[in-house]
Amino acid sequence: MKRLFLALATCVAGLVPLQLQAAGDGHLNMGVVLEPPHLDPTAGAAAAIDEVVYANVFEGLTRIDRNGEVKPGLASSWNVSDDGKTYRFTLREGVTFHDGTTMDSADVLFSIERAIATDSVNAQKALFEPIESVAAEGAGTVVVTLKRPTGHFLFNLGWGDAIVVGEESADGNKANPVGTGPFTFKRWVKGDRVELQRNDAYWGEPAKLATATFRFIPDPAAAVSAMMAGDVDAFANFPAPENMVQFEADPRFKVVIGSTEGETILSTNNGRPPFDDIRVRQAIAHAIDRKAIIDGAMFGYGTPIGSHFAPHHPAYVDLTNRYPLDLEKAKSLMAEAGHADGFKATIKLPPPSYARRGGEIIASQLREIGIELEIIPVEWAQWLEQAFRGKDFDLTIVSHTEPMDIGIYARESYYFDYQSEAFNGFMEKLASEVDEKARYAVMADAQKQLSEDAVNGFLFQLAKHGVWNAKVKGLWENSPVQANDLTEVSWEK
Amino acid sequence: MSDGLAEIWRTGLRNRGFVIGGIITVSFVLLAAIALIWTPYPVEEIVVTRRFQGISSAHWLGTDQFGRDLVSLLMAGAVNSVAVAIVAVGLGVGIGVPLGAIAAARQGWLDEILMRANDFAFAFPALLSAVMITALAGPGAINSIIAIGIFNIPVFARLTRGAALVVWKREFIMAARVAGKGPLRISIEHILPNISSVLIVQVTIQFALAILAEAGLSYLGLGTQPPQPSWGKMLNEAQTLMFLAPQLAIFPGVAIALTVLGLNLFGDGLRDVLDPRLRRER
Repeated sequence: MKRLFLALATCVAGLVPLQLQAAGDGHLNMGVVLEPPHLDPTAGAAAAIDEVVYANVFEGLTRIDRNGEVKPGLASSWNVSDDGKTYRFTLREGVTFHDGTTMDSADVLFSIERAIATDSVNAQKALFEPIESVAAEGAGTVVVTLKRPTGHFLFNLGWGDAIVVGEESADGNKANPVGTGPFTFKRWVKGDRVELQRNDAYWGEPAKLATATFRFIPDPAAAVSAMMAGDVDAFANFPAPENMVQFEADPRFKVVIGSTEGETILSTNNGRPPFDDIRVRQAIAHAIDRKAIIDGAMFGYGTPIGSHFAPHHPAYVDLTNRYPLDLEKAKSLMAEAGHADGFKATIKLPPPSYARRGGEIIASQLREIGIELEIIPVEWAQWLEQAFRGKDFDLTIVSHTEPMDIGIYARESYYFDYQSEAFNGFMEKLASEVDEKARYAVMADAQKQLSEDAVNGFLFQLAKHGVWNAKVKGLWENSPVQANDLTEVSWEK
Repeated sequence: MSDGLAEIWRTGLRNRGFVIGGIITVSFVLLAAIALIWTPYPVEEIVVTRRFQGISSAHWLGTDQFGRDLVSLLMAGAVNSVAVAIVAVGLGVGIGVPLGAIAAARQGWLDEILMRANDFAFAFPALLSAVMITALAGPGAINSIIAIGIFNIPVFARLTRGAALVVWKREFIMAARVAGKGPLRISIEHILPNISSVLIVQVTIQFALAILAEAGLSYLGLGTQPPQPSWGKMLNEAQTLMFLAPQLAIFPGVAIALTVLGLNLFGDGLRDVLDPRLRRER
């Protein structure tokens, strides 16, 4: 009798979750292309990390909203001293981490000090560089003192790399992320998916979804099938732009072409001959037909750029005509540089279609001016190892998706090895300038400098090819930061 | 001898598979030969503005996603397939046949060692070992040729040994030995000519397999690299464009299927034609 009862109970227990799943409206399957190497945004540069956990699991003092604006996060308010050097943050009360511990000034202090420490593994240490000291005033207030006024310090604090972690749980975040966000981490099936569930103890407005799954689908053909079969409800950024037409024609789906912070560039090794010669780089710039690349590689989705700057930013300067398509000019520049007969070089192409297809088109364009490119397809791990860390490349194509990342050109020994006193000067000026107008003017100068030096082949701003089930509401149209914020996502009844 | 050739030719014409397969094979090789000196458009010429064109008099099979002419791509792809198949099968014949012949001539421990090594190589699924080799040595046409060649070696070694052993038992070989010919000379002068028809048939079949393997490796991105055209690579690139431009997948697919079918028919027909017993029955 007892056994029968047990069996019945098991049946009933088995039925309950089944019914919940059948209701379906509380769950979202989100498709993403790349699987993150781990889940701690304070310890890795991979955008794939933030695309899973940002705003969902982890939060920072400030947060970046869907329009790229700075909003209060774990700090409910702040005030800035008149000299622009002291920030006083008032923390929200009653915020707990997913492991039940309270979030207070000690955790904020810990997080910032951990990020600025000399042995910090934070991938964006430059964000924290202006910080001179941090101090807590009681449990609810944190005071940050800067070395100099820093224009977009509040925006920087909204990056995934600046999230607040718990002192007790920080070390385990790579495999078991413990944050304060509206979703808690449930499990990670390596090579397949990460599962999240609603955090019922969330301090703010609770998420509308009960559960969410991030599925990793690197293959475009598999992504198409997964969308068509309904295995995936949404792709914030679909890997194959050529399929947008087909989704647009299908009433089950909604297609949203948005903007990203991804400047797609033909990265050029400025430290390696013959690319250390500005005339060679200018010749390449004159030989590149951006429209053909956008049409051929991205099926028309993408905005041409002439420098390393996002076109939707108010300080953007259109420099696409600095080096117009002009093969004669390009050839004479090549001859001037002593390469009248051209030369051979390599181009390393990471997996995304913008690189693989774009690379074939660029190879054919540069052949016109005598540059014979050997195409070497590489995987991401190889690319990071060889090109990014090892600087072992001539040319490569990559999209820099961090917001406001023009500063990378001032970094010492960055992979494309650009050295310019003038440009570094602009960056120093920018760092100390707080007046918005003056900042924009400096940004314009910096853009012009990069364009003038033809540092890299500036191709186009990556579009965000969003496609999702027409009944899904609340996903981001654009991606001002690397994120798939699910806090406002719901299903239409 | 010319009488023999003439008779083979006459029997061949009566064999339908031989004729159809032969026509397909010859036109495929001819197409590749033409492509060596001429294609309707330069293969590497990318003109994005004319992409995804349909069938027209300017582009007989239309254009691909980069505006490249599909006929030119298919022709250049045929060159690639033929080149890879010739070298790979040549590698298999060049190493496998002598190994098999030595094993059959010497027998004993040498035979044992060679054939066990052969079994070992044979135990690996052919395409899988090719994938392994190209993954280790890096992708590229040369590496894929070597990989496909390596899995051809045991096929020919085993076939040669089996066929040669039968011939070695024949009386005229005994006569040759009595006449003082050494094993090497006997192998070259008597054994090989007597097993050549079996080898020729096997070559056509391995040729078809090599073309399939090359297409498979290139499809996986391990074989021929861009901008060098290859049928397998064309299939791979067409994959995500299936709904937009299905012809981009259909044409190279048909090319691969047709060529392999042609070679197999040709090989089958050749076997019937070259086998004297079958010839007499017909």
